[in-house]
Amino acid sequence: MRPRRPKLRDEVVTLAHGAGGKSTRALVEGLFLEELGNPLLEPLGDSALLELNGVRIAFTTDSYVVAPVFFPGGDIGELAVNGTVNDLAVAGAQPLALSAGFVIEEGFSVADLQRIAASMAKAAAAAGVVIAAGDTKVVERGNADGLYVNTAGVGLVRAGVALGSERVRPGDRVLVSGTLGDHGIAVMVARGGLELEVSLDSDTAPVHELAAALLELGHAVRWMRDPTRGGLATALNELARQANVAVVLDESSLPLRREVVGACEILGIDPLYVANEGKLVAVVAAEVTAAALAALRAHPLGAEAAVVGEVRAEPKGFVLLDTAFGGGRIVDMLVGDPLPRIC
Amino acid sequence: MRFVDEFRSGELARKLAREIDSLVEPGRIVKIMEVCGGHTHTIYKHGVEDLVPAEVDFVHGPGCPVCVIPMGRVDDAISLAERADVIFTTFGDMLRVPGGRGSLLEAKARGADVRMVYSPLDALEIARRNPDREVVFFAIGFETTAPATAVTLLRARAEGIGNFSAFCNHVTIGPPLRAILESPGLRLDAFIAPGHVSTVIGTRAYDFIVREFARPVVVTAFEPVDILQAVVMILRQLRDGRCEVENQYTRVVRRDGNPRALAAIEETMELRNTFEWRGLGWIEQSALRLRPEFADWDAESRFELPGAQIEDPKVCQCGEVLIGAIKPWECRVFGTACTPERPIGTCMVSSEGACAAYYNYGRLARGRDPVSV
Repeated sequence: MRPRRPKLRDEVVTLAHGAGGKSTRALVEGLFLEELGNPLLEPLGDSALLELNGVRIAFTTDSYVVAPVFFPGGDIGELAVNGTVNDLAVAGAQPLALSAGFVIEEGFSVADLQRIAASMAKAAAAAGVVIAAGDTKVVERGNADGLYVNTAGVGLVRAGVALGSERVRPGDRVLVSGTLGDHGIAVMVARGGLELEVSLDSDTAPVHELAAALLELGHAVRWMRDPTRGGLATALNELARQANVAVVLDESSLPLRREVVGACEILGIDPLYVANEGKLVAVVAAEVTAAALAALRAHPLGAEAAVVGEVRAEPKGFVLLDTAFGGGRIVDMLVGDPLPRIC
Repeated sequence: MRFVDEFRSGELARKLAREIDSLVEPGRIVKIMEVCGGHTHTIYKHGVEDLVPAEVDFVHGPGCPVCVIPMGRVDDAISLAERADVIFTTFGDMLRVPGGRGSLLEAKARGADVRMVYSPLDALEIARRNPDREVVFFAIGFETTAPATAVTLLRARAEGIGNFSAFCNHVTIGPPLRAILESPGLRLDAFIAPGHVSTVIGTRAYDFIVREFARPVVVTAFEPVDILQAVVMILRQLRDGRCEVENQYTRVVRRDGNPRALAAIEETMELRNTFEWRGLGWIEQSALRLRPEFADWDAESRFELPGAQIEDPKVCQCGEVLIGAIKPWECRVFGTACTPERPIGTCMVSSEGACAAYYNYGRLARGRDPVSV
């Protein structure tokens, strides 16, 4: 069912391969899947699902290279914990334990490192996980831009949970748990150089309770993702392609902060492609739409949840947007815009 | 964002669309060229074509500054970027433009120090902070961006910053419009003239289109409601048998433009005898270079450049797209060999390029049911 894999035709890796769009897909599917492909990796979900003695385990990893390491609303440590917790949560798992690997540049401040470790401990406690294994490496000055962090995590998939793009049907509805693009814009503004006076915090937060609340609705919940790098547009394009359906968004329903809309106008970017670090996007059966929205809104992190679109049979593989202006357009995969490192 | 919202109002759009419906003659196609890539982007991003009848045909013009830079100039830029002593600064959308030997983004991946900036003043700041390196700014764009380059050059001279230079590729909007109007087989009825560039050059810059070529012109802003209003103004001119330069962007554009910006350009730059435009070929007096007094800040005088002319790929039909002779999807490589991630022609690179805008936003049949949420 999976469409033909893209070929990686580049001779060197460019920043476009890291932007989460088409070039990233070519790198992941055209190189890594070619060499490493196996049934656990193939679905390219947020987590792999392993079955061990009848128990289903979700397993995932993610690396964090955000610059600056401290940004409004969070830091690289909190981000690294929440990001991996969220990858497990949207796979329908209760997050259990994380590992943490640190690549530290010679000269990095110990006080800053301590602050980051403390923030990881706090985030882990909030998400109910332990950091059970770790590793440190120090590299010469000029490498690693201060600090890179990798986290991996395992979680226990709840009994009866069945999520996947293959379960998505035309007529299903698309929900997001809150405002879009806050993290990416907060970090871009924090990087400076733009002299934008915007007061905006990253949305970094664990979404495991939001995911658990939705899963109470049972099999009517079809699919969940954590729309990080590449934003909502990228997550939904992957869904449209994998499920062989169309997703149609309603621009006027998208929850967006004024600050994000304003910064995006100035920077010439579309908030649909901007990273979130504390949001989930879910596809649910139409008949539970109201219940799903209520379940999200009942949680403080989901207060601004919204129904933003629906699944259609045609045109297969596309994400479309009905504009507030009264027209329509395609929302394609991001094409390698050289955005700064934000996660 | 109230300021923007007013110009994206669906209600206002429907009202203008009804007026357009009442102004068109059924079956008589009116071809309107929107000169500027910013307009092309707006038309596709907001689905403006969905609101106008089939009789209104938008033809996408040559006003995307990234799209018109010839491959040889991109190669010159790469050769500058590859010098060990150079920090090469550029607007983000030039990074992926293919030259004869790859793009600046690929040169960066191979080790060239290429940095994205939002303004030439940012490049000057990099020069201040790196006195032992040569900082070169890739100056591109119409009269819209030329004043920023000019101001930066004046400041570099005033502050005596000797390690900054501009690789000047600024172009002017009048000559390519004349070239299009003089091209054989032209079938354009009217022009939506660019808003931003007109804030600098004023509406009088388009008088020749009315006087010599008898085509109505409406200088237009960039929100979707602005474009619909411009279509109404054009259709009224055609209905009344008028042919004038009208100004829809009265909130910013003046008849004489911005004299201070023009003076800054005049002080630092002069017309080149001729310049190569991607897809359009050589056009006389269509581009700017630095005046000899600014040779110390002119990358073309300070560094040796290959200066090679490179022919556009044979399969590429950007030239025909840029003069509106064909629609993006009528190009033989559109969406197959030429896509935004692997562009053959420049129209597919910048989000303001007609092909990229159409590929990203528009390449599906119309007539869907609206979504209900």
